[in-house]
Amino acid sequence: MTAPLELGAGVEAGPRFRGGWLIVARKELADHVQSIRFLVLVILLALAGLAAVHSASGPIRSAADSASQTPSIFLYLFTLSPDRVPAFHEFLGILGPLLGIGFGFDAVNGERAQRTLARLVSQPIHRDEIINGKFVAGLTAIALALAAVMAIVGGYGALRLGVGPTWGDVARVIAFYLVAVAYIALWLALAILLSVVSNRAATAALTAIAVWLLFTLFGGLIAGIVADAVHKVDVSASSEAVLANARLALTLRRLGPDQLYRDATGVLLNPSRQSTGILVNDTASGALPSNLPLADSLSLAWWQLVAIVGGAVALFAGAYIAFMRQEVRA
Amino acid sequence: MEAADDTAPAIEARFLTKRYGDTTAVDRLSVEVQRGEVFGLLGPNGAGKTTTILMLLGLTEPTSGLARVDGLDPTRSPLLVKSRVGYLPDEVGFYEDLTAVQNLRYTAELNRLSKAVGAERIERVLDDVGLADAAGTKVGAFSRGMRQRLGVADALVKQPSILILDEPTVNIDPEGVRELLLAIERLRTEQGVTVLLSSHLLHQVQQVCDRIGIFVRGQLRACGTIDALADEIGDRWTFTVGIDGPGSCEEVLARVPGVTAVTRHEGRWRVQADGDVRPAIHDAVVAAGGRFTHLSRNEADLDAIYHRYFVNEGDSRDSAA
Repeated sequence: MTAPLELGAGVEAGPRFRGGWLIVARKELADHVQSIRFLVLVILLALAGLAAVHSASGPIRSAADSASQTPSIFLYLFTLSPDRVPAFHEFLGILGPLLGIGFGFDAVNGERAQRTLARLVSQPIHRDEIINGKFVAGLTAIALALAAVMAIVGGYGALRLGVGPTWGDVARVIAFYLVAVAYIALWLALAILLSVVSNRAATAALTAIAVWLLFTLFGGLIAGIVADAVHKVDVSASSEAVLANARLALTLRRLGPDQLYRDATGVLLNPSRQSTGILVNDTASGALPSNLPLADSLSLAWWQLVAIVGGAVALFAGAYIAFMRQEVRA
Repeated sequence: MEAADDTAPAIEARFLTKRYGDTTAVDRLSVEVQRGEVFGLLGPNGAGKTTTILMLLGLTEPTSGLARVDGLDPTRSPLLVKSRVGYLPDEVGFYEDLTAVQNLRYTAELNRLSKAVGAERIERVLDDVGLADAAGTKVGAFSRGMRQRLGVADALVKQPSILILDEPTVNIDPEGVRELLLAIERLRTEQGVTVLLSSHLLHQVQQVCDRIGIFVRGQLRACGTIDALADEIGDRWTFTVGIDGPGSCEEVLARVPGVTAVTRHEGRWRVQADGDVRPAIHDAVVAAGGRFTHLSRNEADLDAIYHRYFVNEGDSRDSAA
């Protein structure tokens, strides 16, 4: 069952009908920003972020005197996790996907359920402009929400710390922000794909949440079990075996987007980290105790970044193709 | 770039066919709708009406055959076609959280109307369908009839040259149907809009249709004016006869020259003939000693056509909806 593929420039691409995706995106973005969903997600993320930064700022302050020479003390706000409260970038790794899922799970099936899709596709726009516009709107909403959250959290942290970010810190925070947006865009693309494939919004949302739980909660557990099965670790285990076990677990976790995100943001927010891998005393002592420039930190995690963006693109391509091939009345 | 041809028929289909796997939803449909005409595509549910409409709009690709709307090929020039055709889908829906005006404004934007033109048109079409008072109300609070009328308004925002209405009278009360049909007639006479409407409720739409096409199981079984269709099925001369009298009335009636069939119908006799046989019936009944309680000629109507084409097919309704 294939519908005609009305791609970008058709036979009749007169200037009159250009930019349909922009009209769709504008309407969708207005819907998103005015929705309770948007408010709830921003508040949830902001509260989690404030808790993380609050708990991180205490130890930083008390150590600040001795560490005042440490550059990029500001960045510790996002990475330090005392008192078992996850650090901000970890919180974002866990809760960020909810943002992506929240803006995508009913993108297409919502139109079907409200029976607005038939009306929408009968207007003079190309069919792909509908899904492109929806993706752009979701991405913009995510970028806005995340910018708001990070401004709140960063501002509060700077206030508590009494130290503002340096330009270098700002660059790293922006890089972190972009990686986070790409990571959440991946979840948005997944949610939109599910909204095309599944006719019911609830099914799409639950499926997306199941995938999210699988990676963020059970991912480590499953990777650990597999690693333990391959490299047995007990009291008599050698340090090599322990290390092999940990390496395998990490490699397995990198099959999921959250570990890729954690690798990338870990090196971006921590200029002194010289590797995305496991730090043992050996490698740490061999490393120079200096801070890397941003470009070098980026090159440490380049393939993680490529994988995140590639994953997002692949998922969106899947959603696009599925939507284009779908019958209006499917 | 293809250009619209204003001299071409408004809608033209030639051997238009759509197959889904083994089922043929539309089977070699050939029909022409002239400018300013109101054409009724009538058939039971699942006859392929909606599939035909989707092909005319370029929303689904024909398996074979040709479709032209204002001389344009909907598959090659979907945007041009969609900018000229107002479409009221079967079971129309709106964004529930937006008001009537906000919903229509989106449609106006998608049709690239400027803010001012859009606002003016929206006001006018809402007035046309009698929803001016509900303009600022969220659609979530609308009744079904109001949604249907808003759907018509939505289709009119782009000022279409062709209006395609898919089951427009379903779900609305008789008064709503009457208003809708009046609105369609007004559009045709005042603005010369061509209307293609599909329905399975013949009685509701027969009064506005210039011509109808009977569409059953993907095939156009008959096409023409209602009178012509009545002729075609030999139902032009049908009489209802009520007799209070002795003996076998059926035999008496059947023996009248020209009578082709006599059936019992709601306590009276339904007589089909090949001409006006009323004097002959009268004479025969009186001669047999009977007394009339009723004698009338049936109007040529869609009832018989409905029976003839739909009901006999009722058991074979397929799932190509």
